[in-house]
Amino acid sequence: MTDPHGRDEATPVSAGSGLKMMSRATYLKEALLKNVFLLCAVMAVAGVALIFLFVGYRGWPVIQNPGLGAFLFGAEWSATYGKFGIAPLVTGTLVVTIGALLLGAPLAIGTAVFLSEIATPGIRRIVRPAVEMLAGVPSVVFGFFGLVIIRPIAAEMTGGMGFGALSASVILAVMIVPTIATLTEDALRSVVPGIREASYAMGATTWQTIYKVLLPAAKIGIIDAIILGMGRAIGETMAVVMVAGNAPQFFKGLGAPIATVTSQIVIDMSYASGDHRTALFGLAIILFMISMGLVALVRALSRLNAKRS
Amino acid sequence: MGKRWSNRIALGVLWACGLITVAALGAVIVYVFVRGIGQITPEFIFTKPHGVNAEGGIGPTIWATLYVTGLSMVIVTPIAVLAAVYLAEYAVQGRLVNAIRFAADTLASVPSIVMGLFGFAFFVEAMGFKFSVLSGALALSFLMLPIVMRATEEAIRAVPKYIRWGSYGLGASKWQTVSRIVLPAALPRILTGIILAMGRAVGETAVVIFTMGQAIYLPLSPLDPGRSMTVHLYTLAMEGINMDAAYGTALLLMVMVLFFNLSARWLAARNRRLR
Repeated sequence: MTDPHGRDEATPVSAGSGLKMMSRATYLKEALLKNVFLLCAVMAVAGVALIFLFVGYRGWPVIQNPGLGAFLFGAEWSATYGKFGIAPLVTGTLVVTIGALLLGAPLAIGTAVFLSEIATPGIRRIVRPAVEMLAGVPSVVFGFFGLVIIRPIAAEMTGGMGFGALSASVILAVMIVPTIATLTEDALRSVVPGIREASYAMGATTWQTIYKVLLPAAKIGIIDAIILGMGRAIGETMAVVMVAGNAPQFFKGLGAPIATVTSQIVIDMSYASGDHRTALFGLAIILFMISMGLVALVRALSRLNAKRS
Repeated sequence: MGKRWSNRIALGVLWACGLITVAALGAVIVYVFVRGIGQITPEFIFTKPHGVNAEGGIGPTIWATLYVTGLSMVIVTPIAVLAAVYLAEYAVQGRLVNAIRFAADTLASVPSIVMGLFGFAFFVEAMGFKFSVLSGALALSFLMLPIVMRATEEAIRAVPKYIRWGSYGLGASKWQTVSRIVLPAALPRILTGIILAMGRAVGETAVVIFTMGQAIYLPLSPLDPGRSMTVHLYTLAMEGINMDAAYGTALLLMVMVLFFNLSARWLAARNRRLR
């Protein structure tokens, strides 16, 4: 395959120009290798397609039984009675995600502003690795920590066992801080330094500069960060399973056990069969489409941002 | 209230945000360390769990975790590195590159439970690999692919253009330039990406629980099942049996993940100094 555009500015003398100085064998080898690399790159696309098709294929029968409407809006999830309505699970996911964002997003944005505008280099050298390492802590360890530390505190606050929306939101909030903080810091750093200096030169305080100049300038990047943090909260599984209490019922208060889309899959998968298992794959394909939609949204936003500036 | 005061209060709040974030990490690490350190004995690390409450060690789970992580690294590295070579050196902006980037971003954000179900349906059932290290490694490699790919692409793009010009000027072909000049120069940063991806794989639960199974077993062949440390910790914690072993497992898991993360950081820092 001869691609006349298959060169970058680093290869002024190659296929496109008339100056071909390589033997046919070398040329063939180069073309072959290029296609091998292309094949590897296409693996990512193939992987996504494979996941979508295979999970979709296994989940597709929910259209017939219980039927799309009964599946999406059914108010009861009960394997024993063969009822697979996911509304309680979706509500559960919504509740813990909103809870996590309310607690986690301000903390994360504050941390990012602190890192990029306030911290001295010495302090930054401690805080930034801490944020990155927080991202690396396995979710099952967060879940375990939530189970033994956060849950008793939540029990104290709400009465009951402490399994429920409050514990799940707190743990998720900690888990999305690194995602949002890192991306927000990137957004703040990419603000042109000139406008920051202009603001200080006019006598603005650090805080005035932050909230009147920097945060508006980095707005789209921060929205991106929050969307991706939200995606992480929606998709998080193990940490939620360990503290949510796993009762597929509608939200009844911060201390009552709930289940989310992800946690229900883990709990049921070990024994599900037949229609039940199909319904779990149906949940998985919904999760897949949500995360793909969020990625598409972020990409559209950053294109918008690139066009504007 | 003047602007000086609102400034002071706001800065105080921002300082607090930074401190809370560090404190959250500190709390997790210190708590797991304090409660777990008493458990760590050679017996705990090397022997098998036995009895109804999983007394004894967690040896097989450590081995299974390392095995599946190593195998997935072997699977994913060549594909991810070559894919990044294509994106950074060969590709021109267009629909295809857009599709590849979109796919990589999607892979990076697909919830791990979806990856787990996919691995179960595809590798365990359809391909007939059963619950095995191989199924687990293949499913994990989907998760690691975007991480290694992005790190490698950034590493290749960070190699200065003039080095390439020198190579082309000497008459080297594109592949010679890429394989002998660009990739060696980018190697430290590529390794950093691979190590970070391995750290992710070590800590992953939802993927391996449905692809490698939950049986405590010392896997030797890639087709053997096994229980990873994460799954072991999950099981112990959820059943509430033997919390001591759960603390010990959590500590070892944290140590392994921190080891991967810190060595990646160390490598990156050393590389910066050499520049």
